[in-house]
Amino acid sequence: MKIVIINYGAGNIQSIKFAVQRLGYEAVLSNDVNEIKAADKVIFPGVGEASSAMKMLKETGLDKVIPTLKQPVLGICLGMQLMCHSSEEGNTKGLSIFDTDVHRFEETVKVPQIGWNQIADLQSDLFAGIKENEFIYLVHSYYAPLCKETIATTNYGLKYSTALRKDNFYGTQFHPEKSSKAGTQILNNFLKL
Amino acid sequence: MLTKRIVPCLDIKNGRTVKGINFVDLRDAGDPVELAKIYADTGADELVFLDISATEEKRRTLHDLVMRVAAAVDIPFTVGGGISSVEDIDDLLHAGADKVSINSSAVKNPSLINKASAKFGSQCITVAIDAKQIDGDWFVHLVGGKVPTDINLFEWAQEVEKRGAGEILFTSMDHDGTKDGFANEALEVLSEMLNIPIIASGGAGNMQHFADTFIKGKADAALAASVFHFKEIEIQDLKKELKKQGVAVRI
Repeated sequence: MKIVIINYGAGNIQSIKFAVQRLGYEAVLSNDVNEIKAADKVIFPGVGEASSAMKMLKETGLDKVIPTLKQPVLGICLGMQLMCHSSEEGNTKGLSIFDTDVHRFEETVKVPQIGWNQIADLQSDLFAGIKENEFIYLVHSYYAPLCKETIATTNYGLKYSTALRKDNFYGTQFHPEKSSKAGTQILNNFLKL
Repeated sequence: MLTKRIVPCLDIKNGRTVKGINFVDLRDAGDPVELAKIYADTGADELVFLDISATEEKRRTLHDLVMRVAAAVDIPFTVGGGISSVEDIDDLLHAGADKVSINSSAVKNPSLINKASAKFGSQCITVAIDAKQIDGDWFVHLVGGKVPTDINLFEWAQEVEKRGAGEILFTSMDHDGTKDGFANEALEVLSEMLNIPIIASGGAGNMQHFADTFIKGKADAALAASVFHFKEIEIQDLKKELKKQGVAVRI
């Protein structure tokens, strides 16, 4: 199985590569359009700031390629947010794969949310074997509201989407690669889709 | 519900853990990766690696260590100690660190906080503050608490938040090493004054100290070293006790 992690200059991508390795697979870091298109699974990571990440995607032409992919694609954290219409972070226009905008948490809660919270209302095979209210690790200031593509929810001041799915596109706001055994299971589920 | 975090801290010198560690089930008590794995498997929510070495080889050694930890551990970790530039931060994040902690260099060059958070996002920039109470006021100290400044803790914490820090790691020099409990009064002020998470550090001696720092000090996370390294407190027992006292924890 060919697994490609899209490498567009975003921060902590080693961790995802290592998490895939711990599951017994190899992943390639690449920004090559043909290599990404030819992959069986594509992981679209993201740590950083939305507008600069989007700028890097545009420079490599990946902003045009990602929405056309046919194999399972998993956006993680900022990766998921960039797959939405837009983000309030740096007034960034996204890839419009998911039919929602991304907002900043209100100041009624501490921002960023850092730590372990729970996922509920689980749908899709991505969560096979995962129990309701399982703990996952999150670190973010912006969130996707509930929408028709929501496949997991979390409460932090309000109920929002911690995972989205449209056709072959999946996104998790949490970091499966940092979410202990549950995260490993979710990543494994994705690789088995 | 977002849970309170328990964070063991490992002091690193030349790629090895220092300070006493009493883990009978460790093959090599000095290997930070082995210790990190044990903590991850026994319920730690996050880890902090504090590099205290001062050799020229430091950056390379730390980079390699961070990669080895990232390869082996499936919970988040922060790296701190001697980080003084955007390049240092870039290097550690690319090696696999989830967050970096900056301390003295943030005081000497506050714009580093702005630059780092703009480039990498606030969420991965922790600012560590060491402070000591002198005649009733809290003053920031540098170089592991050795060098006093005339900077007020609370003013500095507000500035750090404004400049884009995602989190503050506050160590009370008055409490550190005493095992008498955390600086809950100062922590409560910080937590209510700021809208970013606060990690309490310095003073952990027993399980009640952790409960107090979450309940009275309103801390979002609590960091400790020796009580965990010497197995005076098992993280799983600690979490059960916290839950019993109504503190939200991941069990």
